[in-house]
Amino acid sequence: MKQYKYFKRGVKVPHYKNTENVETTVMPIPDLVEIPMLHHIGAPCEPLVKPGDEVLVGQKIGDSDKYISAPVHTGVSGKVKKINSILFPNGVTVKSVLIETDKKQVVDQSIKPPVINSKKEFIAAVRESGLVGLGGAGFPTHVKLNPPEGIKIEYLLINGAECEPYITSDYRESIENSWNVISGINIIMEYLEIDKVIIGIEDNKPKAVEVLTGIAKTSDKIDIMPLKSKYPQGAEKMLIYSLTGKVVPAGKLPLDVGVIVMNVTSVAFIASYIKTGMPLTKKRITIDGGAIKHPSNIEVFVGTNIKEAIKFAGGFKEEPKKILMGGPMMGVSQYNLESPILKQNNAILAFNEKQSKMPEQTACIKCGRCISACPMNLMPVYFDIFNESKDADQLLKLDILSCIECGSCSFVCPANRYLVQSIRNGKLLVRAKGSK
Amino acid sequence: MEHKLYVNSSPHIKDVAKTSNIMFDVIIALIPATIISIYLYSYMAAIIIGVTVVSSVLFEALYNLLTKQKQTVGDYSAVVTGLLLALNLPPSAASIWLGVIGSLVAIIIVKMIFGGIGNNIFNPAIAARVFLTVAFSSQMTTWLSPGADAISTATPLALASNGIITSNIDLFLGNIPGCLGETSALALLLGFGWLLIRKVIKLDITLTYLLTVVVFSFIIGVDPLFQILSGGLLLGAIFMATDYSTSPMTKKGKIIYGLGLGIITMGIRVYGNLPEGVSFSILFMNVLVPLIDRYTIPKSFGGVKKKNA
Repeated sequence: MKQYKYFKRGVKVPHYKNTENVETTVMPIPDLVEIPMLHHIGAPCEPLVKPGDEVLVGQKIGDSDKYISAPVHTGVSGKVKKINSILFPNGVTVKSVLIETDKKQVVDQSIKPPVINSKKEFIAAVRESGLVGLGGAGFPTHVKLNPPEGIKIEYLLINGAECEPYITSDYRESIENSWNVISGINIIMEYLEIDKVIIGIEDNKPKAVEVLTGIAKTSDKIDIMPLKSKYPQGAEKMLIYSLTGKVVPAGKLPLDVGVIVMNVTSVAFIASYIKTGMPLTKKRITIDGGAIKHPSNIEVFVGTNIKEAIKFAGGFKEEPKKILMGGPMMGVSQYNLESPILKQNNAILAFNEKQSKMPEQTACIKCGRCISACPMNLMPVYFDIFNESKDADQLLKLDILSCIECGSCSFVCPANRYLVQSIRNGKLLVRAKGSK
Repeated sequence: MEHKLYVNSSPHIKDVAKTSNIMFDVIIALIPATIISIYLYSYMAAIIIGVTVVSSVLFEALYNLLTKQKQTVGDYSAVVTGLLLALNLPPSAASIWLGVIGSLVAIIIVKMIFGGIGNNIFNPAIAARVFLTVAFSSQMTTWLSPGADAISTATPLALASNGIITSNIDLFLGNIPGCLGETSALALLLGFGWLLIRKVIKLDITLTYLLTVVVFSFIIGVDPLFQILSGGLLLGAIFMATDYSTSPMTKKGKIIYGLGLGIITMGIRVYGNLPEGVSFSILFMNVLVPLIDRYTIPKSFGGVKKKNA
């Protein structure tokens, strides 16, 4: 199937997919795991365990009564050492459960395939699985799959674009776990009564396209669409446009145009959860970057700390100067190596000195490259100017809240302006003014 | 063992584009025109270009020193300004000191006082050329015909207003009197090609400008090719009208800007007292750029049409 539409603008980023042919290896259970109570967009969970408690594999250790939230489980058995609090790089402090593992891996008795007879039970099961959007954003999946009354879902779109450089974890999922991807899709189609599914994969991953096309032949409702590899092809709004030609209005959700977008790894997980009842406690991540000795894909338990994961992957070949969770375009730079790996992490990158240091800002030369690069058709140069002058009204008028922070503008800026940083700050200005 | 880590906002990789690379590409694009001018006017052209470029760079360095600001000559933009200004001077001995005065006006008054690169309202080289044309009108309009024994003559546009037509082939190759760099259309088009290949500029402004001139010429019944090839039109349309700081940033804005340039240039050439209108049209449209930018803000993806910011 040919790409339906081509979104305008965007940028060409280097691929650096060094790990695309590296099969996933499973990391042994670490001595300690620290599982934060927040892996998702929404309300943090409250710990359900206390220090000294024995925990079993698959046991729920955190939950919340808020709607936009997802429970947290442990993938290891052992003893709760302490309830910690950790500081995320975005400034939020979150409770976490520190577990000393016993490596016996005794499975909790409650773990069994869920019994599902209706859409309602299906969504409840997805909630219990702890699934959040595994593409990186971490939006609770049960919320996404539960559109308000009266909205008819026309399309289920599967995001396998993986347009960020370095990361290959979704690609490996499509290849190593392709049957789960397809059966996950079938399950969602059945319960949500959707009859059109399109899987979008960037054309720089021909093998994934080939494998999934082969399997998708089993259903005439599933189509595979290779997408022109261009950043940010995997951004939700760009993907929807590329696959269906639909434009999500500013401030609205994909649901409003009758679309649900899910990441390939997320749908594959749904299939495995329905089969086994084992909640989301493990994650495949790509370990790469200039400071890494052996770029690889590894499967780790959620809560494993970054340092241990990198050590298992072969360690550093140079002193790491920057640690990223996620890709280089949108990833979050970490302030230490102790942070635990989260559910929605798909990569840990360690950069050497040369890769880490961002060039200094010089004066904007008004070249307009940021405007030509913005996939949302915004004017980043003005966000920079009006952020400097703290003019929240102008920022709002110029639609700063539509910015998806993909980083294309900063990427192309010849004056090295920190545009995304200005935009984030500008959004805070707008929100502060709005709440007054 | 604790590592010291860099922490910053995403993105964490960068394209190769740098201000200095862009300026360097502009310099390369100007090399054909520079070579032709030296070929046509020998050492005199070389001296004028050398003096103007060096004085432009020195003025910028000096300004930064005196005002205790970070040195900015490393971005090569002063070299570009100096080179463009030199190519806008007539090939006579007077241009040596005209170049120094022009550089002073271009760099100090038009560029640095307004805040340096990216903040100037007027294109420095054009503003300096206009200043020199007004202040030293006789020196700025003493034209020499190309060749070893240069003799005083008039430019094709001036001749045309007296009914004498220069052949388009001479115009294309540059075998005509005029400013150092504006005579050879071929050399300028080579530079244009380089700028397009290197993605320094897009077609929008230059093409709209030239097309407007062509259409205007057709309507009033003059030879469009002659209009394009003569005077400073190509130099202006390729190198000066496309200056980042002094041209619109939006696509629609660039089209409006090119249209305005074409209409004003032809208006001056056909109805005004001056034989040449490129400099004045660029200067005039420069003033309108902030306004054009504000009225051409595009609709965001999925957004509603914006009012001007």
